[in-house]
Amino acid sequence: MPDTIDRAIFSELQDSAGADFVVELVGTFFEEAPQMIADLRSALAAADAERFRRAAHSLKTNANTFGATSLGAMARQLELGGLPADASGIDALQLLYDTAAAALKELCRG
Amino acid sequence: MAERGARLLVADDNKVNRLLLARSLALQGHQVESAENGRIALEMLRGGGFDLLLLDMEMPEMNGFQVLEQLAADAQLRDMPVIVTSSLEGVAHVVRCIELGADDFLHKPVNPVLLKARVDSSLEKKRLRDQQKALVERFATSAVAADLQQGGFTLGGKRVQATVMFCDIRGFTAIVESQGPEETIELLNTYYTLMFEAITAQGGVVNQMIGDGLMAIFGAPLPVAEPPLAAVRAALDMIEMIELLNAERVVQGKAALAIGIGIATGEVIAGYTGTQSRATYTCIGDAVNVAARLEAHTKVARRGILVDAPTQQALSHRITVDALGAVMFKGKAQAVDVFAVPAAA
Repeated sequence: MPDTIDRAIFSELQDSAGADFVVELVGTFFEEAPQMIADLRSALAAADAERFRRAAHSLKTNANTFGATSLGAMARQLELGGLPADASGIDALQLLYDTAAAALKELCRG
Repeated sequence: MAERGARLLVADDNKVNRLLLARSLALQGHQVESAENGRIALEMLRGGGFDLLLLDMEMPEMNGFQVLEQLAADAQLRDMPVIVTSSLEGVAHVVRCIELGADDFLHKPVNPVLLKARVDSSLEKKRLRDQQKALVERFATSAVAADLQQGGFTLGGKRVQATVMFCDIRGFTAIVESQGPEETIELLNTYYTLMFEAITAQGGVVNQMIGDGLMAIFGAPLPVAEPPLAAVRAALDMIEMIELLNAERVVQGKAALAIGIGIATGEVIAGYTGTQSRATYTCIGDAVNVAARLEAHTKVARRGILVDAPTQQALSHRITVDALGAVMFKGKAQAVDVFAVPAAA
């Protein structure tokens, strides 16, 4: 998983905020992110473009905070792309999130 | 210039952002509280005691734009410094925030070094503003103080006899390029603190700061017994303070600073200009142009302080000056007699 997490960004975060704090922060992200992805799905079902954009926006910001840049980039596409025709983009995002989450878990243990 | 233990409020609906910002600021020695939407933030601010607000734009219940509008409309909170932290894309959002009165805009994820620089600079500006407010209360007649504090910004000015000063740092671009951003901000903060002190001590008011340049007015809105004399004395103090700063810098192996100051006296129209949410006290008139040209001319004349003839005459030999002869300035039909004020030996 070489491209999942930008190590430079992640270790900069550890340096500036403290490694222990980053472990807590990653834990918070794991609590919040599934809710954001669920929000994307329900916003799409309700055809609520504004709620969809905001959920993607939040996910983008948090992903970039941890250096999960490809996840951030895909969330950004959803943020700026308007309400999509189907859930395929959300499914792809879910996959990327799972990979990024596994990598973050690994980094926190290291 | 590290501010110790300021009380900051972080408003962000996203928990990760909120925790991280609060952590960064706490590590910088500040006391931090947080709010998860604009409505709660506003309630907390109205409770009083906060020095600075870090504001996210996209929030439920009340978003950042609405918070900025509410702050501008609130006499108690109008001067609250606000740094917007957002990952909204597009310059239009940044412009709108600034127009609504935000001091600064930081993109998320927020870089901790930039965060520190912006927070320190905003707190420093607030401290100076509070200081000026206290000075206004101390020196001004109650009528002027009320006029200033009412803050309703009655646009439209009046004609006053005043002395105008422009000052900037020589070769500042080269200094900026030779050092890190943090050091530059710290240098600017030190510089502004020293210059403000010299100017306000003589009854002047700094009304504009752009990069390393500043403009000050003597004689309005604060009454000053002899504006030209006060301005020249302030200028001499400013040069002396820069010399003191240089003594420190040279010991630290840093380049010495040089400043140029232009001073002109005459009738100007002074008053508030701007919009309802953002206005400054400024003045317009020939003296303003001449002071700006004189400041630029310090580079050519290789002198620290240049003044015009009305200023020189008002000094009536209490401070010695060197006559440099008449100089043609851009935008002026007639040549201007230029005088240099030598720094005190």
